[in-house]
Amino acid sequence: MTRSIRIGAGAGFSGDRIDPAVELAEQGGLHYLVFECLAERTIALAQLARQRDPEAGYDKLLAARMQAVLPACRRQGIRIVTNMGAANPLAAARKVAEVARGLGLAGLKVAALTGDDVADALRGTETPLDEGGTVAGLGNRLVSANAYLGAAPIAEALAGGAEVVVTGRVADPAMFLAPMIREFGWSLEDWPRLGRGTVVGHLLECAGQVTGGYFADPGFKDVPDLARLGFPLAEVTEDGDALLTKVPGSGGRVTPATCKEQLLYEVHDPARYLQPDVAADFTGVRLDPAGEDAVRITGGTGTARTGMLKVSVGCHEGWFGEGQISYAGPGALARGELARAVVRERLRLIGLEAEDLRLDLIGLDAIIGAGSAPAEPREVRLRVIGRCASAAAAERIGHEVDSLYLNGPASGGGVTTSVREVIGMRSCLVPAAMARPALHWLEA
Amino acid sequence: MLLRDLAHARAGDKGDTSSIGVIAYRAEDYARLERLLTPERVRAHFSGIVHGEVRRYALPGIGALNFVMEGALGGGVTRSLALDAHGKCLASAMLEIELPDEA
Repeated sequence: MTRSIRIGAGAGFSGDRIDPAVELAEQGGLHYLVFECLAERTIALAQLARQRDPEAGYDKLLAARMQAVLPACRRQGIRIVTNMGAANPLAAARKVAEVARGLGLAGLKVAALTGDDVADALRGTETPLDEGGTVAGLGNRLVSANAYLGAAPIAEALAGGAEVVVTGRVADPAMFLAPMIREFGWSLEDWPRLGRGTVVGHLLECAGQVTGGYFADPGFKDVPDLARLGFPLAEVTEDGDALLTKVPGSGGRVTPATCKEQLLYEVHDPARYLQPDVAADFTGVRLDPAGEDAVRITGGTGTARTGMLKVSVGCHEGWFGEGQISYAGPGALARGELARAVVRERLRLIGLEAEDLRLDLIGLDAIIGAGSAPAEPREVRLRVIGRCASAAAAERIGHEVDSLYLNGPASGGGVTTSVREVIGMRSCLVPAAMARPALHWLEA
Repeated sequence: MLLRDLAHARAGDKGDTSSIGVIAYRAEDYARLERLLTPERVRAHFSGIVHGEVRRYALPGIGALNFVMEGALGGGVTRSLALDAHGKCLASAMLEIELPDEA
C-alpha cells in the first residue's frame, strides 16, 4: 500500500477564523497542521512593532491559535508549521512554549527558524528593485527586507523532532512541502515531486479559498453554509499526488471548480511558478472529482530551481489621509458630485501637497469606473484619499471632508476620517546564499 | 451574452500586477473562450484601469485562461489609493465582458 500523509491548512491569512482549525485538528485525522498568516506587508509592519518592543513583531493571534489547537495536536501527535513568527520568530517560539506550559503540555518541542531577514546584507547595495530603482536608492526609508526561504530548514526542524515550527518569511507552499520532504525522504533535486508537492501546497495555502470560500456567486456558484466553512486537508502520497477534501459535515464544498480558481490564484506563468525549492509547472495538472467534497490532484511537475530568492522590501512611503461622507435620496449623485468638486477646490486653495490624490464616489466610480450609462444611485459616498509626506499634511484631507458638514451640500452625513502610515512593498531577487537559515530550539 | 454565463473567475495580486484566472464552467466552451477572449479584448475592457501589458496563458487541461495584467493596481497594492487596492473586484468586472452569441 502506498504511504500517505494528511496535511491540513489551519489559516490562510492572519485574520482568519480559528474554529475551522480546531475542527481540522480534532476531526481531520491529520499528521500536520499548517498556518499561513503572513501577507506581503505584514512582515514590514511587524518589523516596526519589533523596533518599538523587542518581544513584539509576531502574529497577534498566535497565542489564541495555539491555545485553541495545541491540546488536540499534542494528543494526536499532529505537528504544526506556521509563519506566524513574522519579524520575530524567536519571541513567537517563546510565546508558543509559554502557552503550552499554561496548558500543561510540558516538554513540547518548538523550533524557530530565522535567517530570512536580509536587511543588513542588502542595505545600501545597488540591487535592482522589480519596480525600478535600487535598494540603495531607498536610503533610510528601508524598513525591512525578508527573503522567501524554502522547505529544507523546516524539514530539518521536523526531522529534529519539532512539534511546532515557527518561521518568519518562507514561501507559503514550502510550509506544506517540508512535511512531504521529511516523511517521504524526497531529494531536494527531485524536481517532479517537488513540483507536485508545490501544487498541493499552493492549493492549501489560502485555506478556505479552496473549500468554497471566496467562491460563492448566488445563482451561478452556490456554496452551502459559509458561516461554518471547513478548511482543507490533503492526503498526499509519496509520489506527490493528493486527494483534497475537508472534514465531513463542515460547511463549504470541494469541487474541481473550487480547486481550479485556487490553482491559478496569484499565478503568472503557470509553467514556471517560481519557488525557492523548484520551478513548479501547473500546466499538466488534472483535478478530477473523487466523491463528495473530494478532488484528486495529479499531473503537476517541476524543473530546477533558479538559485535566486525573492525578497520583499518594505519602505516608508509617507502617510495616507482619508475622509468620507455620504449623500442619499433624490439628488444624491448631484450632491455627491458637488461635494467632490468642493473638496478638490479646497485642497487646491489650502495648497495641499500630495504625491497622489483620488476622489471617488462609492456607489458610482470607486472600484471599476462608472460604465457608459450609470443608473442614478439612491446613495453615494464621497471618498477622498491622498498620500502625503507628513502626517500633518495627510490630516488636512480628512479635515476638508469633515468641514463639508457645515460648509458643503445639503444633508451629507456619516463622516469618517483617518490618517495612517504607508509602508510600501517592493521586491528584488538575491542569490540564495545571502539568506542564512538557522534553527533555534526551545522546550515548554 | 456575458462572459459570466460561460465562466467564473478569481483575481490575485502581486505588486502592481493583477492576475485573473478565467475558467469555463463546461469543458466544451473552452475553445470558444480561447478564440474570443484575447489579451487585446481584455485590455480594451480594462482601459482606464490597466496601464501596462496584458499577457494570456492557456491551460486547456483544466479549461482555463490566466490573464496577467501589468500596471493594474494603482502603483502597487501597498501604496495604491484605490478602495479595492488588491483589485479583487476585477475578477467580477472581467465577467462583464460581452461575447457575441454563437451562430
